[in-house]
Amino acid sequence: MPTISRDEVAHLARLARLAVTEEELDLFAGQLEVILTSVARVSEVAAEDIPPTSHAVGLTDVYRADIPRPGLTQEQALSGAPASEAGRFRVPRILDES
Amino acid sequence: MNAPLTRLSASELAARIHAREISAVEVARAHLERITAVDPVVHAFLHLDAERALAAATATDEGLQRGDPPASPLAGVPLALKDVFTTVDMPTTCGSQILQGWRPPYDATVTRRLREAGVVILGKTNMDEFAMGSSTENSAFGPTRNPWDLERVPGGSGGGSAAAVAAFEVPIAIGTDTGGSIRQPSAVTGTVGVKPTYGGVSRYGLVAFSSSLDQGGPVARTVLDAALLHQVIGGHDPLDSTSIDAPVPPVVQAARAGADGDLRGVRVGVISQFRGEGYQPGVLRAFELAISRLRELGAQVIEVSCPSFDHAMPAYYLIAPSECSSNLARFDGMRYGLRIGDDGSRSAEEVMALTREAGFGPEVKRRIMLGTYALSAGYYDAYYGQAQKVRTLIIRDFAAAFEQVDVLVSPTTPTTAFRIGERVDDPLAMYLSDLCTIPSNLAGNAALSVPAGLSDEDGLPVGLQVIAPALADDRAYRVAAAYEVARDAAEGGPLAQRLPGLAGESIPGPDMAEVVGL
Repeated sequence: MPTISRDEVAHLARLARLAVTEEELDLFAGQLEVILTSVARVSEVAAEDIPPTSHAVGLTDVYRADIPRPGLTQEQALSGAPASEAGRFRVPRILDES
Repeated sequence: MNAPLTRLSASELAARIHAREISAVEVARAHLERITAVDPVVHAFLHLDAERALAAATATDEGLQRGDPPASPLAGVPLALKDVFTTVDMPTTCGSQILQGWRPPYDATVTRRLREAGVVILGKTNMDEFAMGSSTENSAFGPTRNPWDLERVPGGSGGGSAAAVAAFEVPIAIGTDTGGSIRQPSAVTGTVGVKPTYGGVSRYGLVAFSSSLDQGGPVARTVLDAALLHQVIGGHDPLDSTSIDAPVPPVVQAARAGADGDLRGVRVGVISQFRGEGYQPGVLRAFELAISRLRELGAQVIEVSCPSFDHAMPAYYLIAPSECSSNLARFDGMRYGLRIGDDGSRSAEEVMALTREAGFGPEVKRRIMLGTYALSAGYYDAYYGQAQKVRTLIIRDFAAAFEQVDVLVSPTTPTTAFRIGERVDDPLAMYLSDLCTIPSNLAGNAALSVPAGLSDEDGLPVGLQVIAPALADDRAYRVAAAYEVARDAAEGGPLAQRLPGLAGESIPGPDMAEVVGL
């Protein structure tokens, strides 16, 4: 039976870029454990020789004709931006200054 | 006095509009008035655009006046669009704070096809956040209520679309179905909901939850209306590389043929895994009655076992969260949507984490973390890898079943609509709502829910699920249409028309108290 600690939930939240609160860590640890225990039932199925299915249709390498078509204009692309500057997305710093 | 326009089906409305007995503008106005009257309590809509809707209706009327043929069999008919399809002229929120007020710079293919078909889009409907949920309670903008009982959920994630159709706010709507989000709401609101074959309806501009499972489809009050809408939105789209490059199955023809009520020679399989313990007795009794009606119509009914279906739910709750954890990474507060904490001192990563924390609700966070876990090195084989193998076994069970029968049937969902709040703190109990609908998403075949009367213990709608092989959507329509006619005949009229407080009503624009049974 899978167990998931509060620390593991904190780690998952960091990986998933979620600044969860202390209360959420308690809540999610309990809930994720219950859910994981339930979904772990997939391991009961003897499936060593069974190939995995990632996709119901199983299409591969779908191409369309190599014809240029208009994309978004700069104005359209920036229309929903939380912040923009000089025709570009303005984002917070990505590097430490040190 | 004629029945109010809001009581008519889409095909009836279209016939009268195209014959110029009534105008599309009158029809749009009647539905907008109905929305004004009942939506304050039902809360099916997140956004309405009366002005643009009336302009679209006017365009249809003007075309008909000039003598142009209607743009499609549904030209001039009002529709509600699930708020997960992009629309350039309306916000697209997916029921999430992170996209509140977002105006997409492009239309989804489904949106574009509806516009080109002259369908009048009245507004966008409420949903569980990013389509994750079975009750519409996970919407950041408040729950939708079930028109049959306002204390109960309308199902989910497409509870808004189903409730809008059930409450006569629109005759037809669009939903999306990743694990049952069209069929389960339809079952609990007494409407018809169809998940087409995966790839049958373009996903371009459908905000992705689980890309290998998501599929748009129609919601309606009759099987024929669902088929007409399916025909409008279906078909190959070069902008979606998983779109099937083949004609839309003959769904309209099948719905019309089915209405003749002859199912002789049709082999129907009852899925033995979906009728025992854990099912509400009234749901099972309604289901057994439906089976006997199918027999009366000439169908040959046998029991079919699909043992892998017992593991469909755990496989789904590994695959869907895994894909969601990847898909929802795009909501990073950089290019569109919410941004929190950008004070000049914080890094992009910190801003991203604060934005996602503030912008996502609890169920979305749970699923993102669950998917992150299942895809982690060390757990991947045991969880995601094993779930993909179970998916293969489910596909094989379907293949074996469809060697014996033409369609499979089951209850659409184990219970009738549950009470608002009843399952919000118990994710697993909520997940059980999709027990019977999930296998078709994993296999990518076609499945629908058609009203199967009311459960005798609580008087709430029950759905009959009909499943057909991939690309044989028409089979499900034929069986559902035949069943619909038989049930209506036996029960003295369509179930949808028996909404409480509305029986025998003949006056347009009923007051709200009557409608909602207050």
